[in-house]
Amino acid sequence: METVNFENVFEAKLAKNDFIEPKDWMPENYRKHLIRQISQHAHSEIVGMLPEGNWISRAPSLRAKLVLLAKVQDEGGHGLYLYTAAESLGTSRDEMLDALLTGKAKYSSIFNYPTLSWADVGAIGWLVDGAAIMNQVMLQRSSYGPYSRAMVRICKEESFHQRQGYEIMTHLAFGTPAQKEMAQDALNRWWYPTLMMFGPPDRESPNSENALKWRIKRETNDELRQRFVNQTVIQAEYLGIEIPDKNLKWNEARKAYDFSEPDWSEFKNVIKGNGPCNKERLLARNKAHHEGEWVREAAAAYGKKLQENKIAA
Amino acid sequence: MTLNESLFKYSLRLGDTSLILAQRLSEWTGHGPFLEEDLALTNITLDLFGRAKSLLEYAGKVEGKGRTEDQLAFFRTDREFFNALITEQANGDYAKTIIRQACIDCFDLLFYSELAKSKDNTLAGIAQKSVKEITYHKRHSFSWVIRFGNGTDESKQRLKKGFEEIWEYTGELFEMNAVDEVLIKEGIAVDLSTLKTNWTKEISELLQSAHLTMPEGTYMHTGSRKGLHGEQLGLILAEMQSLPRMHPEAKW
Amino acid sequence: MSDSQGPLWEVFVQKKSGQPFVHCGNLHAYDKEMALQNARDLYTRRGEGMALWVVPSDAIVSSSPEDMGSFFEPANDKIFRHPTFYQIPDGVGHM
Repeated sequence: METVNFENVFEAKLAKNDFIEPKDWMPENYRKHLIRQISQHAHSEIVGMLPEGNWISRAPSLRAKLVLLAKVQDEGGHGLYLYTAAESLGTSRDEMLDALLTGKAKYSSIFNYPTLSWADVGAIGWLVDGAAIMNQVMLQRSSYGPYSRAMVRICKEESFHQRQGYEIMTHLAFGTPAQKEMAQDALNRWWYPTLMMFGPPDRESPNSENALKWRIKRETNDELRQRFVNQTVIQAEYLGIEIPDKNLKWNEARKAYDFSEPDWSEFKNVIKGNGPCNKERLLARNKAHHEGEWVREAAAAYGKKLQENKIAA
Repeated sequence: MTLNESLFKYSLRLGDTSLILAQRLSEWTGHGPFLEEDLALTNITLDLFGRAKSLLEYAGKVEGKGRTEDQLAFFRTDREFFNALITEQANGDYAKTIIRQACIDCFDLLFYSELAKSKDNTLAGIAQKSVKEITYHKRHSFSWVIRFGNGTDESKQRLKKGFEEIWEYTGELFEMNAVDEVLIKEGIAVDLSTLKTNWTKEISELLQSAHLTMPEGTYMHTGSRKGLHGEQLGLILAEMQSLPRMHPEAKW
Repeated sequence: MSDSQGPLWEVFVQKKSGQPFVHCGNLHAYDKEMALQNARDLYTRRGEGMALWVVPSDAIVSSSPEDMGSFFEPANDKIFRHPTFYQIPDGVGHM
């Protein structure tokens, strides 16, 4: 009987830029890496609903309220698409939520910073979503089919998120002096945490090598970070607000901006759980989960009764 | 009361009711019982904010003093708000939120189906769009009421408690005053007394399928038609209006 | 796998009347009506569809990767199934 060398098939697919599908054979490390990456990504979307959600009740116009609600809702949807992509690898949403709620799982450290003013909602859309999109556009071409498909959908939906953020920033930057100050303050506080979103510098990134080989990631942290800075400078200039970096300068030889690295010790601290809002975010997620428990139980009990024909549907 | 004044107040009443309910429901976004339901309820919230926006925009036009929907939403005091009292009640647990929603959806579908025939083209247009939305809202809330009533003992108890808490605010939905009188004559407003029989029938059938009974108490709170509210509305507005009021000259 | 989030469903959306239903993703729901409503709320927020199917994921039967050769390769040499295999004389019009 002919034996198939699964590993060769897998490698051949990667080499051909083919996609790996849930039932295909895959190396255990590939599966583990993906589950970790996709579930972290999903958690980030879910926790990411909270900082912006903080302003839903106070959005300053009805239009702004509609836009913000739709955006926060989209983030929930994106979390959902990603959870189901991870589930196709053999984990369950329960397991992933459990890891999030007990603090075992990581999520993007950016969401552990507080939203102190309305301008922060703008800055998150402009900077944080801008950075996220850069990553997500790359991930549309990742090798795992369900992840790639989720990303295509997410990118399509996300396209309005960054624009709405920048629109808020323009209203503020060209508004009253107090509004402009709000915008500058938000940029000051969100700039470096946004740069951290791309992950540690390549020289210290332990997971990058396999991820690149497996096409789970297609560009390095530093490449993406540089691209983000290059694209953002002109947008800040238009707004007439200043990126808080004295070393920011165009480098003609590199055809790119030189810029200061974020404070990586702060990054590590936030990841360890010491960011300004780590505890609040987890508390909020836990509260919603526990208060929703009886709802889920009721729905499950009702679903079971329907299946057993104990209730006329 | 002049026709114009009545139309202004009528639009405010409808707009405020949608707005305050949406503001309450939006507290659930990001905190729902599970992800799918979080998104589902937010869709309903979005429809309600959208309706509020259209109605307040129209109120501003009718008033003719150049006030926009945002000026009406963010720069009036609680005594100038005419939202039904039921909408400002705290969300409570998910059962209370759902049963309140079911009562309102049931009323709204009957109401807006009639308003869709209004001689006022703008109100009729808004109502026609709303009927489609509310048909779905009602399907959502009714199906959850049935789930809770037939789910677990806990869900049934919570549903019962939630219903008892909101019941005494349902009577006000059918109250009419001089505003209605003026507008009904013109074929603009809906005669709310014609809706009550159907509403009571539908709600009691719904309760039946959830193994609950109509409460015995008949006392009903009143006040919102005159701009008299509970303490909660002041707090809702304090939060909702804080930013525009802090920067009254700003545009957002 | 026990999951307090309810069973998994597959969602198919028909974009326009007459077009095929296309798989667009998954969701969790505890009963059929909820699955249908959730599909509407999740996958048609931007006017993506005119009709929906929801199917319990465990009702899907799928081919496995090992089947690939035996299932699909035999079709590759049946070129006579394609119209371009045949020569039609000029002047007989469209066929």
